[in-house]
Amino acid sequence: MPYRAILENLPLDLAAGEGPDMARVTDLGGLAEYYLDMTSHLSDPDYWEENFGPFLNWKRLPGDDSSIPGFMTQLTITGPFINRTLFEQAGIDVPSDMSDSVTWDEWAEASRAVAEALEIPYPMAMDRSGHRFAGPAISSGAMYFDDMGHPTVMDEGFRDMAERFVGWHLDGTMHPEMWPLSEGYAGANEEFANAELVFYMSGSWQVGQFSEQIGDAFDWQTVPNPCGPGGCTGMPGGAALVGIGSTEHPAEVARVMEYLASQDVLGEFAARTLFIPAHAGLSASGVDFDTDLQLAKDSLGVFVGQVGTLEQTAFDLQAYAFNRAVFDASRDRLTQAMVGELTVDEAIARIQDDVDTALAEQG
Amino acid sequence: MTASELPAIKNRSSVRLLNQLDPITRPVLLLLVTAVDRILTPIQRRVGIDKMGYFFVLPNLLIFGIFVLFPMLLNFYYAMTGGTKLFPEDRPFVGLDNFATLFDCENFSQPNSCQEDLFWRGIFNTIQFVVFQVSGIVLFSLITALVLNRNIIARGFFRSVFFYPVLLSPVVVALIWKWILQHEGVLNAILELFGGESMRWLLDTNWAMFWVVFVSVWALMGFYTLILLAGLQSIPPELYEASSIDGANTWQDFRFVTMPLLMPTMFVVLVLSLIRAVQMFDQIFVLTGGGPGTRTQLMVQYIYTTGFSNQIQLFGLSAAASMVLGVSLLILTLLQLRLGNQSSLA
Repeated sequence: MPYRAILENLPLDLAAGEGPDMARVTDLGGLAEYYLDMTSHLSDPDYWEENFGPFLNWKRLPGDDSSIPGFMTQLTITGPFINRTLFEQAGIDVPSDMSDSVTWDEWAEASRAVAEALEIPYPMAMDRSGHRFAGPAISSGAMYFDDMGHPTVMDEGFRDMAERFVGWHLDGTMHPEMWPLSEGYAGANEEFANAELVFYMSGSWQVGQFSEQIGDAFDWQTVPNPCGPGGCTGMPGGAALVGIGSTEHPAEVARVMEYLASQDVLGEFAARTLFIPAHAGLSASGVDFDTDLQLAKDSLGVFVGQVGTLEQTAFDLQAYAFNRAVFDASRDRLTQAMVGELTVDEAIARIQDDVDTALAEQG
Repeated sequence: MTASELPAIKNRSSVRLLNQLDPITRPVLLLLVTAVDRILTPIQRRVGIDKMGYFFVLPNLLIFGIFVLFPMLLNFYYAMTGGTKLFPEDRPFVGLDNFATLFDCENFSQPNSCQEDLFWRGIFNTIQFVVFQVSGIVLFSLITALVLNRNIIARGFFRSVFFYPVLLSPVVVALIWKWILQHEGVLNAILELFGGESMRWLLDTNWAMFWVVFVSVWALMGFYTLILLAGLQSIPPELYEASSIDGANTWQDFRFVTMPLLMPTMFVVLVLSLIRAVQMFDQIFVLTGGGPGTRTQLMVQYIYTTGFSNQIQLFGLSAAASMVLGVSLLILTLLQLRLGNQSSLA
């Protein structure tokens, strides 16, 4: 099933009461009202609290602190990949080799230098996603919530990264077509795998794909998230397998889920898919990832190491039920600023307006 | 049993026609006629022969009612409701608020001054697209039909060539042209081969609209060419012979014989292409995603995004926008039909 169907069709099916028994979702909080609380059907609810506890809130409605709707099949962390071979060929030092806290500007400058030296078409690219943009924005000081807990983008940190990001599209630092010429999500996997891209801001879920697509054709590497006045953070995220409340077989759903969420099964799933597990037991024991590719193991190691650098704002934003309203508006309005339909300030005002309007309708 | 023995078949010519059928088909058909007659006769006795017409169109009316009229009425109701719930009974009635939101503008020529700026961008883009696309389709279809109507070499081949893109799915058409127009695409490769500079065709706001119109005309003109070709072939050749005797040249033939007689077909082409242009979505969605920015985002994409693509789905606003689109289309079609009637009378 295509990802777009999960984003667009599943919510309608669920609203119509015609959803499946179980679903793998990424809009974790946004669909929480449709989830099945499996607590009474589970043989050992404590196992779920112990191992999935920190992530259960991502799938709960505000005010709910006890339901067990499902488990995270993978924890993802956003972060950049670089093509180290290109840096070596260009004779330019990799900034993160020399400093633990490289800024976005330093990465932009280094990537431009590599692209210029080797005539590579794209110095940098970022997935076309407000979620991906949120990490750099928080690093620049964006708060994303006001004192009342209402989502806001009207601060200097968000504006700072928005202006920088739009500017990079105008001066050719960022892939010039990916954001302006797409609808919804778009990635630069192809460009990165074809060594046409120096620096690619994406996330840990790409490790498996790059292992297959690139292998060891060149040295690709994950580097720590760039820094700013607000920290050096990416965004947490992931996909969850959840039971759906409208199922006619809640007990059977819970049984299947118990099997899939067991440490052995989940460990094997993580090992084979190269996904980072969101399971306390597996985090403690470690996962022996099923790959001989050292590049992949190193990348996963960097991503796991990034968990500790994630800012609280990033966790709060990920846990916010209507975060996609903020992400989607950021993505679409910033794109308008890139092509001159709006100024950066107008775009930010529109993002806020879109979010406020949507939340007012939501009630 | 012969046809004349059946009470249902009284018409002489029908009897003659049935008696000419082969010995297998005739009894089957007679059986069928008898069965239908047994059902219809009591109904006709009850409702009277004048009202039997309603009975015959009833199945079609039912299908139209269930699949067209009911959804339209439902859409109208949704446009009067707010919130994000799916079922009508869960949605609060807000009257004309959604329409007020759509039309809340300081200056209608400046989308940025409107509350729903994307709706107005969609309207302006749609108007631009429709004007150029429909003009392009009518003009190029007419030229192509005129050429293909002449005795040119390999006429059958060229007729197939022009019709071929119509057989392709809009998504396939968009992907082919995306491959041609992308920065590392075929068009730039050809340009560079001849010493030209490559361009980002779809990233430039003006070129993007041009290509969207061009691709659409390329993909659809074969269909309209076929309609016009049929219209051209229905013009009696005697009229051209007469005009030739009167000393008319080729232009006068076209101006005073071809165009007046082709006008009803032209109106069909105009109405069909206009409706299709206003509804355009899939091809542009794949080719540019509505971009760069929102430069090629038409009204239908606004309706889709607002109602289905966003996390918080504003069905009411989306339904209101689709009502505006529907009414605009209705007005345009009625206007065209009126003009068409006036032209026919003239």
